Amino acid sequence: MIERTFDQHISRQFNNELEHLRQQMMAMGGIVEQMLRQAVQALIESDTALAQVVIDTDDQVNQIEKKLDEECTLVIARRQPAASDLRLIFAIIKAISDLERIGDEAEKIARWAISLADYSRPRNDYRELELLGHTVLDMLRQGLDGFTRLSPEVAIELKNQDKKVDQEYETIFRQYYSYMMEDAGQIRRILDALLVAKSMERIGDHCKNLGEYVYYLVQGHDVRYETARQMQDSLDLESSEE
Amino acid sequence: MNDSNTAPTGGSAIAPGVFGDNRQSLDIESEKVRIDVRNLDLYYGNDQALKNINMKIPDNRVTAFIGPSGCGKSTLLRCFNRMNDLIDSCRIEGEILIDGQNVYDKAVDVAEHRRRVGMVFQKPNPFPKSIFENVAYGLRLQGVNDKRRLTEVVEGALRSAALWNEVKDRLDDNAFGLSGGQQQRLVIARAIAIEPEVILLDEPCSALDPISTAKVEELIAELKHDYTILIVTHNMQQAARVSDFTAYMYLGELVEFDDTAKLFTNPQQKETEDYITGRYG
Repeated sequence: MIERTFDQHISRQFNNELEHLRQQMMAMGGIVEQMLRQAVQALIESDTALAQVVIDTDDQVNQIEKKLDEECTLVIARRQPAASDLRLIFAIIKAISDLERIGDEAEKIARWAISLADYSRPRNDYRELELLGHTVLDMLRQGLDGFTRLSPEVAIELKNQDKKVDQEYETIFRQYYSYMMEDAGQIRRILDALLVAKSMERIGDHCKNLGEYVYYLVQGHDVRYETARQMQDSLDLESSEE
Repeated sequence: MNDSNTAPTGGSAIAPGVFGDNRQSLDIESEKVRIDVRNLDLYYGNDQALKNINMKIPDNRVTAFIGPSGCGKSTLLRCFNRMNDLIDSCRIEGEILIDGQNVYDKAVDVAEHRRRVGMVFQKPNPFPKSIFENVAYGLRLQGVNDKRRLTEVVEGALRSAALWNEVKDRLDDNAFGLSGGQQQRLVIARAIAIEPEVILLDEPCSALDPISTAKVEELIAELKHDYTILIVTHNMQQAARVSDFTAYMYLGELVEFDDTAKLFTNPQQKETEDYITGRYG
């Protein structure tokens, strides 16, 4: 594996441009992470004012996505990046699209939090959604961290966690299904809560994608649709060749 | 409209890629070898300009040589048609086999060899003759004087070089009246006219404007169906655009030789990465 750094270009301006793109993406990730944390908190604490903050922030994220897309296009047009520079820009373009969607899902969770605040709360205070929310929040942090530390292993970790999130969603689905069978009067509320779980499950998918982009950026190998095992085997093979 | 109406039926569901195939990458090992370079060392006096070069250059492909000034890429290119023989202090060890025949074998007729391996230089170098005579020159040297045969070959070569439509009404005009880009394509037509097997291009576009460059690049893509093409270029984007395989050279050594798509997206050597991304070495 070639040691990756994104500075040391002969053109210092090019260094600045790439570093600027990376920082902007991390800043966008920070905003999305905050949105998600606040959305989960608003849900658990029935805090509709906080939920409204999340909803209002979404447009900011959309605008950052547009601006970053434009800047990436400009850097490609002006610099014709190659090798790791090219993969960095490609990974950023893909990642900001996933981050924007995570923002959308956080916004949806906030809207359902407002809707759910009108109903009486279940005895466990949506403990299962709180746990799932914190799991995907942690995944998001790991994905963003992967872009800083440039560690391909994060893809494997996120792939495994995403599988657990999917299983957890299945469990919640079955649980809520039985609640609805027991008490038809609760169907409306439980459907809203189920949509929250579905949004969290989708966020897990997007975080898994972030890991795959980091892997591509560092290793130059597209691991989408590969299993965690296949990714690990590729890494093992490479380190054994060195 | 139902999408299924437009879905491809049978075969691969994936449409051919922008480069006309579904390949992920070209495998250099599975290519038919045209030129086999073995343990090639080249010295100018005491200075070693090429160090133990080993590479198998595939047939009917475009192979690009890139690297910083002085890395030996032009020197290597000149080895293929023995242009370095003209330099007194130059000494060569090792072998270059074209179709199994060592080009440095004593039995090789250099003039005949250069007919098989044509070369085009950085600066267009037409002769001070008419457009027609420039292209016919090589054939006349071979003793061909039949007017009909010459006309046929000249037209064919000019068409292959994508120049025919621009010059067909003024074949008797002096070649110096052509633009730089036209002159370069004329020189390529002159090289093609004697039916070489391999074409060497030494920075063929560095003196041309972008439109002429695009025309020459288009021509290279056409010519590779019939010829094995080797190109030295300082323009990395040009290497990425026109070549199937790329060799990166540094300080007389072949650092990396691979599928162009792979070399420009995921090179395996740090020196290659640093060069193509414009970093300090």
